[in-house]
Amino acid sequence: MIGNYPLHLMILVLLWGYIYTSWSLMGRLGMVSFGHGAFMGIGAYTVVMLWNHFGLSPWIGAPVALALTAVVAIVIAYPCFRFKIVGHYFALVTLALSEVTRLVFVAMRDHTGGSLGATPNGALIEGTSVAVGAVQFSSKWVWLGVVFAFWLLGLWVWRLVDRGMGRLALQAISEDEEAAASVGIHVTRAKLQVTLVSALMTCTGGILYAQYQLYVNPDTVSGIAISLQMVFGVIAGGMFVMLGPTVGAAFTLLLAEGLRLGFGNKYPALDTTIYGVMLVMFIIFMPKGILGAALDGWRRLRVSGTMQS
Amino acid sequence: MDVFDIFLLEAVLNGLLLGGLLALLSLGLNLIFGVIDVVWICYAELIMCGMYAVYYLHVQYHWPLYAAMPAAILIVAVLGMILHQFVIKPVLAAEPINQLLVTGGVLFFLQAAATLAFGIDFKNLGVSLPAVRIGEMSFSAARLIAFGAAAAGVIGLFVFLNKTYLGTAIRAISQDRAIMPLMGVSPARVYTLTSALGGALAGLGACLLVLQYDVHPAIGLSFGPITFLICVLGGLGSMAGGLIAAFVFAQFISVGGFFFAIEWGYVIAFAFFIAMMFIRPQGLFRR
Repeated sequence: MIGNYPLHLMILVLLWGYIYTSWSLMGRLGMVSFGHGAFMGIGAYTVVMLWNHFGLSPWIGAPVALALTAVVAIVIAYPCFRFKIVGHYFALVTLALSEVTRLVFVAMRDHTGGSLGATPNGALIEGTSVAVGAVQFSSKWVWLGVVFAFWLLGLWVWRLVDRGMGRLALQAISEDEEAAASVGIHVTRAKLQVTLVSALMTCTGGILYAQYQLYVNPDTVSGIAISLQMVFGVIAGGMFVMLGPTVGAAFTLLLAEGLRLGFGNKYPALDTTIYGVMLVMFIIFMPKGILGAALDGWRRLRVSGTMQS
Repeated sequence: MDVFDIFLLEAVLNGLLLGGLLALLSLGLNLIFGVIDVVWICYAELIMCGMYAVYYLHVQYHWPLYAAMPAAILIVAVLGMILHQFVIKPVLAAEPINQLLVTGGVLFFLQAAATLAFGIDFKNLGVSLPAVRIGEMSFSAARLIAFGAAAAGVIGLFVFLNKTYLGTAIRAISQDRAIMPLMGVSPARVYTLTSALGGALAGLGACLLVLQYDVHPAIGLSFGPITFLICVLGGLGSMAGGLIAAFVFAQFISVGGFFFAIEWGYVIAFAFFIAMMFIRPQGLFRR
């Protein structure tokens, strides 16, 4: 039997793996978004607020959150793509979006609890471990199943995008937008589709995160910090391979937990310090990330192996 | 009703003072972008390092402020050079987005290293400057000093860039990267110099901020985003655009914060930024 702590780690790796995978759908095609904290935050907060203030079940809250995310994603992304805001500028516009959502959550403190965050009202009655209507489960096994299903879904969508015609089009766009448009690719529509899928997936990630932790806080579900966390998790793992984002999630979590277990809480930020140095190293020396570099190395080994035999 | 008006006027004037400070903060970032074509996402974290430098030199080692502040400016200038030499230089030829991301890694590192070294508690310089009263309105002296120093910094940089040989070389490189090496200007040296200069401006910003705010490891996150957005709104690399954008943003924050809560001031400013990006994607002033 696996204890609660390893289970908790597995759930977090799969959940963040799913969210990072969602981000990488855009990132690998040249759309580096710092705005995914906004989508995650909208998912988490909409569901918790509707449940706490109106007693609406997350089953109703989730479609509302998804609709809201879709609206925000289109309102921001459509003009960006229409007016060819790319690269730095796209990153910085989406960064503004993350900050706007975080600040809105803080500013509406009468309803959201401000920087202190909020807890969904408990629905589990003494003795029960599952409240399907409220999407609250005390059993970690249930959660493991749920996030595993979503993680698989994320990989499936990744594969679908990867195999689809759309990816070739988008790759062409990320390399040369004008040239892509000149051979008949509808640049704006192609980008918008991927953005919408990526944003909606991130939103469900936010909902799951809020329901699993039973706590939302503006700084842990939205804002620049969480957006950067997604970007760097993907870079660490490898942006261009299917399991890269998951490897990134596992790597960052295990690094943090390993150092915490090794040193206790004596050095509170040791993991992020090491992580920061490693990120800089990754981008300079290993831009394909851990998994990307490992696969390259493996391929090289095999090639040299076949040449010898 | 006229009480209301005097407080509104106070908010507008405070916005003006804040604008001066924001203008100085965005100036260094703009200079670096204009010359080296790199956005230092970790710029606000360099400012944080400068604030810690002033705090420790003054409080721990009992240096007088007039010695601690120049020392802090020097320290951050050296940090800027180190950042360029060891982090930016290796990725200069890589994709632009990698340059943005690599400094994001530095942001993580500096923030975490500061937590590790200095702890998460808020540190106060312990210098309290009196409030200046003009009629019914009161302004903090720290803000007035910051505004004056920011103005001096802006003018100083302008004179340096326009009147000195080195300044001319910096401007020339930013206009044509390909030709200037043929004219005998070494881009590597100009880049190092610019990084030091950008660092020094961050250091100056740090000296002014530490008079008004407590320093803590996450303080960069409260100034960083607004600083980038000012640069982008003004047109990355455009100094004049950055100055104007800083004052526009400061008014939104100050007056918006006067009518609603301070966060709404920021929300309005950021929403304005997003809207402006769609109207003028190249910024208010294209370089």
